[in-house]
Amino acid sequence: MSVPAEPQVAEHAGEHRDYVGAKLGMWIFVFTELILFGGLFVAYGMYRSMHPLEFHKASGELNIALGVTNTVVLLTSSLTMVLSVVAIRLQRKVQSMFFLACTMLLGAVFLVNKFFEWRAKFHHGIFPGSDHLMARPPGERLFFGLYFGMTGLHGLHVTIGVVVMSVMMVFLARDRIRHNDFIKLENTGLYWHLVDVIWIFLLPLFYLAA
Amino acid sequence: MSSNVQSHAESPHIVGYAAFIKVWIALVVLTGLLVGLSLTHRPNLALLGLLVITPTKASLVLFYFMHLKYESTALKYMVAAAIGVLIIFIGLTFSDYLFR
Repeated sequence: MSVPAEPQVAEHAGEHRDYVGAKLGMWIFVFTELILFGGLFVAYGMYRSMHPLEFHKASGELNIALGVTNTVVLLTSSLTMVLSVVAIRLQRKVQSMFFLACTMLLGAVFLVNKFFEWRAKFHHGIFPGSDHLMARPPGERLFFGLYFGMTGLHGLHVTIGVVVMSVMMVFLARDRIRHNDFIKLENTGLYWHLVDVIWIFLLPLFYLAA
Repeated sequence: MSSNVQSHAESPHIVGYAAFIKVWIALVVLTGLLVGLSLTHRPNLALLGLLVITPTKASLVLFYFMHLKYESTALKYMVAAAIGVLIIFIGLTFSDYLFR
């Protein structure tokens, strides 16, 4: 009945790592996010086909310049995110932290732009359930409902991304993320690029639909 | 299989900075093109932008920034299956709406 103790000891002493498994898990999460936003895109498509003219008119009220600026901000943040992963793999820790800080800053810039955009809409009396909006035709109410819902959910994702990146920054500083163990940073990148992909679709559907 | 996992973890494919900067330039140029097409106020061109340029941009992010180009065939099939399911959802919903 003697149980060899060595394998157990070895398992506890050695840090368990599964690079492929960790990445696969993140991809599966990405799939669930695709389906989540996919459902909202279907709702958008259906309502737009029911109210094409009202969607067209309401879209004209969005600020194209701000939408395009935020697109470039987010695309650039995706670049700095991927450069941060490349840097740590090349054992350039300081560069990796610098690129990650750039990504967080750009994420914050995106949210600040979004804040000013929404504030302008609120000032015009356009927010879910407002008297001004409820007096408008159903198609325009639906457009702004989807606009606030989808860009709001996307903005929540950006916020979560920046918070996760701040944790990764601490991991980088404490060498918990290293050139030979960078899956946490890589998975953060996967999430951030997903947020970018969703915005790539939001831009033409909301801002350029007029 | 475990040796395969090990080799993945220890010598993964590293792509240099330059390749990603080129992808970023392509993404910004495509965004400019998309906005340009929508400002022509011709519905056909705007639709072309939505159906061609937008998926192209998403693919660039997927294949390069999300590293899919260098992943295993199994993962590529998984991504294709997930996107396929989404397309079936969208297709079935619209066919129900359009032909009811």
